Amino acid sequence: MFKSLLSKISRGYGATLPALLLGVAMLAAIACGPSAAPSAGEKPSGSMAGGEVIKVGVLHSLSGTMSISETAVRDATLLAIEEINASGGVMGKKLQPVIEDGASDWPTFAEKARKLLQNDKVAVVFGCWTSASRKAVLPVFESNNGLLFYPVQYEGLETSPNIFYTGATTNQQIVPAVEYLLGQGKKRFFLLGSDYVFPRTSNLIINRQLEGSGLKAVGEEYTPLGHTEYSTVISKIKAAKPDVVFNTLNGDSNVAFFKQLKDAGITAKDLPVISVSVAEEEVRGIGPDNIAGHLVAWNYFQTTNTPENTKFVAAYKAKYGANRVTDDPIEAGYFGVYLWKMAVEKAGSTDVAKVKEAAKGIQFSAPGGPVTIHMSNQHTAKTVRIGMVRADGQINEVWNSGKPVSPDPYLDTYTWAKGIRNMVQ
Amino acid sequence: MEVWALQIFNGISLSTILLLIALGLALSFGLMNVINLAHGEFIMIGAYTTYALQIAASALTGGPSSEVTFLIAIPLAFIVTGAVGFLVERSLIRFLYRRPLDTLLATWGVGLILQQLARSIFGAPNVQVVAPQWLSGGVALGSDLVLPMKRLFIILVVLVCLAGIYWYMYRSSEGRRMRAVMQNRDMASSLGVSTRRVDSLTFALGAGLAGIAGWALTLIGPIGPSLGTFYVVDAFIVVILGGLGQIPGTIMAAFIIGMLNTIFEFGTTAVVGKVLVFVMVILFLQWKPAGLMRLRTR
Repeated sequence: MFKSLLSKISRGYGATLPALLLGVAMLAAIACGPSAAPSAGEKPSGSMAGGEVIKVGVLHSLSGTMSISETAVRDATLLAIEEINASGGVMGKKLQPVIEDGASDWPTFAEKARKLLQNDKVAVVFGCWTSASRKAVLPVFESNNGLLFYPVQYEGLETSPNIFYTGATTNQQIVPAVEYLLGQGKKRFFLLGSDYVFPRTSNLIINRQLEGSGLKAVGEEYTPLGHTEYSTVISKIKAAKPDVVFNTLNGDSNVAFFKQLKDAGITAKDLPVISVSVAEEEVRGIGPDNIAGHLVAWNYFQTTNTPENTKFVAAYKAKYGANRVTDDPIEAGYFGVYLWKMAVEKAGSTDVAKVKEAAKGIQFSAPGGPVTIHMSNQHTAKTVRIGMVRADGQINEVWNSGKPVSPDPYLDTYTWAKGIRNMVQ
Repeated sequence: MEVWALQIFNGISLSTILLLIALGLALSFGLMNVINLAHGEFIMIGAYTTYALQIAASALTGGPSSEVTFLIAIPLAFIVTGAVGFLVERSLIRFLYRRPLDTLLATWGVGLILQQLARSIFGAPNVQVVAPQWLSGGVALGSDLVLPMKRLFIILVVLVCLAGIYWYMYRSSEGRRMRAVMQNRDMASSLGVSTRRVDSLTFALGAGLAGIAGWALTLIGPIGPSLGTFYVVDAFIVVILGGLGQIPGTIMAAFIIGMLNTIFEFGTTAVVGKVLVFVMVILFLQWKPAGLMRLRTR
């Protein structure tokens, strides 16, 4: 019941502006074309014999409303591929990226995923951002026995045998963020999100978590993706008198929300907003002075102090320009390629079943600290970090979990989350 | 009580923003029957003009200089976007008059090209325009009743635009010719009015107004290659409800939609509020297919 509702919501955007999306898809087809024609004699992903390159798919929105975030992740994935090729490739073979544009349109994502798996026979795909796009490609990967590395934090409650989740699940971002706020004495939560799968499921979990502490959210609002008029929502926030806003807005709406919140005379001191989809890249578009002082929850910041990160930030800026920034999904899009490389080399094959088996427990020193693939659920153990946005657009860490948090996509280890698994099954 | 006063202000503010994005469309769609789906991209050009001017100014002076450049950006956005509109009309639209469905497809393509151009020039991520200091903050009329300066300023700009359009249409000889072409194209043509020239100027004027809308939207919304797509549907609804060819109708429609949207959204949610407004517009158009006001042609 809940699942069908969610998929209806995620599909809803395909229906509201079909012409628009169709056009964007058409443009994408014109602009990008077949990025790499399948070369003759290329063997399917399952077989290792022959061929001097291994084709890997990169599937992100390079046009449309999500391109604001996804182009940078594509850049990070390509950087990792380039680094791996420069140091000898995977099992002596160069990686050849096949880039496709999902065009911020979920059916396009499914179609491109099918193209990558069936025509290009890629060994693995790195891609997707929104949960709606992941849900759209999931059946494609499962029916074609493909492999997807998904780099973005998401709402959990999913373990596809064909997906590796290198972003955070809820117990590595949202749940600790709520715990942090409760620890700071916050009691009146206002939940604001975009109207699709990720914010709705996140808020369902937050509501349960608050109930577990004997609290209740003072308000819960959803706006369509791409919504730009927040004056009424801000009136509602004022009327509800919360002491923190938990923000799961996605994409361009964040710019409008933070600009208008500041203009309404609400500062981070009066009412902190904690965001889970606003990272360094988005802060630049919002304008650092509009969001300075507000909180964000992630597993990585550009300021995270590790030797791997110093190297990563320098390489990223050297390749894409000194004014570019790195952030959590960019980092996850980067180290996912390395995790896959290690699993392939351990398995001695790009065969999906063998890679999956070999991936269990694989550890990598990522820019954000050590990451480990879980033994059974194909998620990644990572350190949780909460930060405060500075006036220069960078983020200061104010709290971290100290050690990597083991992923628990169904929240089985939390008593208040009992039964959540069944609500979406 | 204060919440309601604030909501009324929010309604007025949303109405003026809707009016600003719809004014240019009311000219090209209302007066010329061109379904201009690139209108959103004209808005985007206005926004990027503001951004580019800011970058250029801070490069020249070596520091942030948003105080003056932000005001210079208003006429500049109007001129740049108007020039792009003029080019589009001369090179494409003029071959498609009296074929509204073809203009729909052609301008759609133009819009996509402009979006991708912006993405190539300025990059896919959103950019930031720093608003001048005197536009930050708001006028506090009560503890919870703060009227943001930016929204007050946008209201002022819309009033100036309306006065300018009124002067152009009813007090200038160009405007008189424009109204003549609106009312009866063949008759005006036979009386020596160059309808081609009127078409070009009207389309350029509509595009220029979209440019000013783009300037205004940098204050409150995201600035990215696809920003026009957030507004173009709303602009069409305002123009259709207002009645083709009627600036007063467009003004009424903007206020009705803006106020209803704010009230419904406050009572329900953003999504339901928008659906309710759409339903009411559809029902109204069933009753009065020509919209609030109808152009009387002779």
